[in-house]
Amino acid sequence: MLGTDEMEINLGPQHPSTHGVLRVKLRLDGERILDAVPIIGYLHRGCEKLGESRTYPQAIVYTDRMDYVAAVNENVVYVEAVEKLLGLEVPPRARTMRVILSELQRIASHLLWLATHALDLGAMSVFLYCFREREQILDLFEGYCGARLTTNAVRIGGMYGDFPDGWVEEARRFLDILPARLDEYHKLLTKNRIWLERTRDVGVISGDLALDYGMTGPCLRASGVPYDVRKALPYAAYPDFDFDVPVGTRGDTYDRYLVRMEEMRQSRRIILQALERLPDGEIRGKTPRRIRPPKGEVYHVNEGPRGELGVYLISDGSENAYRCRFRSPCFVNLQALPELCRGHLVADVVAIIGTLDIVLGCVDR
Amino acid sequence: MDATKPDPIPSRSLDRLREALPEAVEEVVYHGGVPIVRVVPERIVDACRFLRDDALCRMTHLSDLCGVDLSLLGRREPRFDVVYHLFSLDLGERLTIKAAVAEGAEIATVSGVWRTASWHEREAYDMFGIRFAGHPDLRRILMPEDYDAYPLRKDFPLEGRERDHKNWRKPEDERRDVLAP
Repeated sequence: MLGTDEMEINLGPQHPSTHGVLRVKLRLDGERILDAVPIIGYLHRGCEKLGESRTYPQAIVYTDRMDYVAAVNENVVYVEAVEKLLGLEVPPRARTMRVILSELQRIASHLLWLATHALDLGAMSVFLYCFREREQILDLFEGYCGARLTTNAVRIGGMYGDFPDGWVEEARRFLDILPARLDEYHKLLTKNRIWLERTRDVGVISGDLALDYGMTGPCLRASGVPYDVRKALPYAAYPDFDFDVPVGTRGDTYDRYLVRMEEMRQSRRIILQALERLPDGEIRGKTPRRIRPPKGEVYHVNEGPRGELGVYLISDGSENAYRCRFRSPCFVNLQALPELCRGHLVADVVAIIGTLDIVLGCVDR
Repeated sequence: MDATKPDPIPSRSLDRLREALPEAVEEVVYHGGVPIVRVVPERIVDACRFLRDDALCRMTHLSDLCGVDLSLLGRREPRFDVVYHLFSLDLGERLTIKAAVAEGAEIATVSGVWRTASWHEREAYDMFGIRFAGHPDLRRILMPEDYDAYPLRKDFPLEGRERDHKNWRKPEDERRDVLAP
């Protein structure tokens, strides 16, 4: 007699398709998934505890290391939260620079997502193409602040420095070639039959359910909910720029792919406007030498490449935050994994983890 | 520094909550003009459900839920606060509510109101030891399952405890590059 029992297997924590150290306990009926339980915490470094035992400027470097492929967005949200506590005014040039770097980072992050997602599903050349373009963005970061990943370029009250000579032209050159490259990816994937088979109707989630799970970012928008923090609660210089928020209809892996692809175009649009209208003037406002915000608390969010990044700070009037809490979109989005996986095949889990675009550093903090 | 205290920002959802459940609202404080509502802990689920369902609040998005250890902030007894950051996508309004929990006591879970609360509450349990009554799966989430302390509490040392590290040397030890015997 053949056994027909349910089977329990582990995916990860050391598996290339889990994009880090994620372990998923799968309960299977043959190839079909009955339940998937994500087990996390392998990369827990206590960023919140560190944020509470270091001064405000010192804690900025830890934000880089949470979501290490979207460091600028993490920097900006933390710094803006501190500025809100202090009641600091940031000069317009610095605000626009933050937008430029955030959007470049968004493109870089989406390129990395596309590269690895496509690689997981067997499209090796897309991986190489995306890394070619991402390299140019990382070079731009390196040219600006010397670091490629953990940039630490944002300072309380402004930016660390101005763009070096020739940087803006270099950024424009990159933006000029980007649309043709995006078309290239579209040509490789969008109507590719294998890609469609692997992503269409895989990991479907409705808008209401996605919201109930607290999902944000492209994952929520692909389900038809047009929530984008850049529009809903504008920060930095975003109100000055025109851009559209792409929204999906089906809420499946393919729609999430399309939403992110369009977001890259929109980010390019924002950067072009920002470079055009980059105001002159100071890059750093009047900032006290010692950052000691008055007693109080603040919750600030912004739109990271993966969704809503949040920082909750309680100040007791000293140089350290009394409570420093990071709301991570990856942590929240990952919670919906069982919902997305149920009923699919084992091979689809790889597609679904890829489409959630999690970074384990951001999940575990 | 307090001379520039901004005026309170009007909040429709707060007004509605006060109207509908006046006995649930304990206190409202303003930080930088933003209202922060302290809710009677026993009524937290009622308050959350009202804020989610009421047509003029529509707080369908629980942005964040976290614990706070107040033992060094010079507050009174209940040691912990649970903080809920709500957001209404339709109205673009944000509201922060808080409820107090004493050490060893329980507070009702809001995972029945928003599913996303489930993992946030597990994290608050993991980091502070706050227990959520009625939670479907209250286990540790980031720390190892058999861990016996709550690392984000203020009395937990930053560098960890000696017994968690086999070859651990104290920060004041001279030869930190050599493993302890």
